[in-house]
Amino acid sequence: MERHEYDVVVIGAGGAGLRAAIEARQQGKRTAIICKSLFGKAHTVMAEGGAAAAMGNVNPDDNWMVHFRDTMRGGKFLNNWRMAELHAKEAPDRVWELEAWGALFDRTKDGKISQRNFGGHEYPRLAHVGDRTGLELIRTLQQRVVALQQEDEREHGDPEAFIKVFAECTITRLLKDGDAIAGAFGYWRETGDFLVFDAPAVVLATGGIGKSYVVTSNSWEYTGDGHALALLAGAKLINMEFIQFHPTGMVWPPSVRGILVTESVRGDGGVLRNSEGRRFMFDYVPDVFKDKYATTEEEGDRWYTDQANNRRPPELLPRDEVARAINAEVKAGRGSPQGGVFLDVSSRLPAAEIIRRLPSMHHQFKELADVDITQEPMQVGPTCHYIMGGVEVDADSGAASVPGLFAAGEVSGGMHGSNRLGGNSLSDLLVFGRRAGLGAAAYVDGLSARPATADVDDAMSEAVAPLERTGGENPYEVHHELQRTMNDLVGIIRKAGEITEALQVVEKLKERSKNTGSSGSRVYNPGWHLAIDLRNMLLVSECVARAALLREESRGGHTRDDHPGMSPEWRQKLLVCSAASDASGVTVEEKVQPSMRGDLISLFERSELEKYLTGDELAEYDAAVKES
Amino acid sequence: MGYKAKFRVWRGEGGEGQLEDFTVEVNEGEVVLDVIHRLQATQAPDLAVRWNCKAGKCGSCSMEINGKPRLGCMTRMSTFEESETITVTPMRTFPVIKDLVCDVSFNYQKAREIPSFTPPKDVKPGEYRMQQIDVERSQEFRKCIECFMCNNVCHVIRDHDENKPAFAGPRFLMRIAELDMHPYDEVDRKDAAQEEHGLGYCNITKCCTEVCPEHIKITDNALIPMKERVVDRKYDPLVWLGSKIFKRSGV
Repeated sequence: MERHEYDVVVIGAGGAGLRAAIEARQQGKRTAIICKSLFGKAHTVMAEGGAAAAMGNVNPDDNWMVHFRDTMRGGKFLNNWRMAELHAKEAPDRVWELEAWGALFDRTKDGKISQRNFGGHEYPRLAHVGDRTGLELIRTLQQRVVALQQEDEREHGDPEAFIKVFAECTITRLLKDGDAIAGAFGYWRETGDFLVFDAPAVVLATGGIGKSYVVTSNSWEYTGDGHALALLAGAKLINMEFIQFHPTGMVWPPSVRGILVTESVRGDGGVLRNSEGRRFMFDYVPDVFKDKYATTEEEGDRWYTDQANNRRPPELLPRDEVARAINAEVKAGRGSPQGGVFLDVSSRLPAAEIIRRLPSMHHQFKELADVDITQEPMQVGPTCHYIMGGVEVDADSGAASVPGLFAAGEVSGGMHGSNRLGGNSLSDLLVFGRRAGLGAAAYVDGLSARPATADVDDAMSEAVAPLERTGGENPYEVHHELQRTMNDLVGIIRKAGEITEALQVVEKLKERSKNTGSSGSRVYNPGWHLAIDLRNMLLVSECVARAALLREESRGGHTRDDHPGMSPEWRQKLLVCSAASDASGVTVEEKVQPSMRGDLISLFERSELEKYLTGDELAEYDAAVKES
Repeated sequence: MGYKAKFRVWRGEGGEGQLEDFTVEVNEGEVVLDVIHRLQATQAPDLAVRWNCKAGKCGSCSMEINGKPRLGCMTRMSTFEESETITVTPMRTFPVIKDLVCDVSFNYQKAREIPSFTPPKDVKPGEYRMQQIDVERSQEFRKCIECFMCNNVCHVIRDHDENKPAFAGPRFLMRIAELDMHPYDEVDRKDAAQEEHGLGYCNITKCCTEVCPEHIKITDNALIPMKERVVDRKYDPLVWLGSKIFKRSGV
């Protein structure tokens, strides 16, 4: 069997994985990048709006403290505050660094990086390239990897001496030596041959879990691989009940249902209307945000040109609020003909301006739905977009509880609390991708010996099993049933009875998945690949459902119809998932969040914190304010 | 409403294969990739096809549909007659691994042969100042989703493997143009474009521009201007001819 020896193995080649790999290589570590698809195709390419970084290029009042506050507010104060702090402080450097690697962002009049408005961000903050920012980011990082390979070729005569991309390669198990990471086991999609990586450090950067849902903006790769690999290796997941349903996905045609319509449409002036033509978002501003949002259409419209004297329109509330509002309008019978609501930019901007600012949205609707967004409104509805939950990590280094295991980007948990702000994902993966790369390199430096090479017999028989079953269950059918179950029973609005029912279905599907068979050879066999991925999707779905059942409150990306309020007591608690290494089941435990550092909590007004914190916490706040 | 469509899909691996006939359900609003997925789920679970985003943003599902290079996810079934047999084959310029999946490593090799962005050493991150108008030309080329259909369709290599070592293809000649037009790039790329990456092979037939799903004007905005930059040093009759024949915009 093919065996490779590396210092750091990065699983995932989206923004977080590439940034981590670049850092590990820059620290002198021999680094492997494992990529489930071709190099440069990862889900990051689909990010549209931009990367949030308080550079203050458009509004000089912006700074890391304002960004930190917005992030905590967006996450309803459940965020890991240290991550939110690091993120807000370091995002500008990470964006500027991309420019030195060749990225070409849109410009301000004075030649700096332009920044755009986005939901939940107080000032224009998102560095962007039209509405294809994710593509720019991944291409820049991809080209940076190539630049490093060219450097290595000049110096060592081999471009792959220090950093190599293993494209179309899937990891199915992490390997351990005792408690610590010893490598990873996987297969080449192209040939079906197995391969082993011997490495003391593994960085997970596998993105999210959206493929457990029917209506999703996520690509086929989002099967929760990293979440599951971490669980099976003994690491813990937090915040798994929090899933972001992006308010605006396409609703028609059915085959593209869920594909994203960027928030930039609203950031650039687009408005949401129901079938009665009403801008219904004015009816849905929650109390915690009342003083920050316009109460009339006139004020909201003035804000686009005069932000100092007006409050922002409620279309720019954080995503969880907008998604719930759309859901409620459709349920109340005020939806659009195809089951969404109207998102209109055609009556708000001249056609040429729409095409300049939103070129890929114009293209996407024209080609897929035969709708010209410069002439008529789009129809949109919520779509499963992002999981806030993920591997519990140390904020500074990205280290998980298993020695040698690191995680960054969507697969890690904590940074975004219960709800992520748009634009904070691209900056998250740059900031924490780099930190995980640094963390992994430092961990390798601190080892006295490499781990022993691990035995892979079990991993091998697990992976090959679906091919050896003849006449087994069709993996596509098991997958479809899981997607329908999660969508209908653990979706945007949840109830205890429905979640319990979902857990029963998941149990049955676990049994059925053990019996899935895949016909055909090992060469590029998607039926076989799906049968393997099912283990991960089922495990992650169980985490989501179990945590969602336990959290008896509504917060951010977790809305319980039977527990509609936000509870200060629950804010202090994280739900921590762990699993047996045979993937048989998930257990969830409560854990208390450490309270925010004094200098950070003092950045907020008491009147705001009163909406979120317990009496004891407010007393701590008063003490911290006194001290400073 | 739904109907049964006739599909003819290339199946095979290890250098051998044949077109296989299928009858498959099609519903309103679907694209070719949806139908391929239905084949996988119901009739041919091991049918190999690349795809990721299903929204025309990642460039994975390049294939040839009735002989034309297309993204499977952006080709709507409503563009065909219901009675038509739709033939789906892998890209012709690259070796087939299995069914609709090709070995596209040629492209990654070429990407690595082009010297990277090289800014002046004394400009620090955060100090870059560029006007929108000066970045727009390169930005157009950075819309590229690397579907490699331009390289697939280019006749220089489509049926001429022997030209592959000396020719980067439209995708990477455009990358050279992108870097050459970057306000901060310091490398002189003109000689290398001609001598190492085969710019001279291009005779501006615009096939690449026609198949580009991002509607990038590869020939007019990247290849011809690059040829003009080269011609300062070297006479290229095609540039002269091209400037007579084609009306250019936005160069």
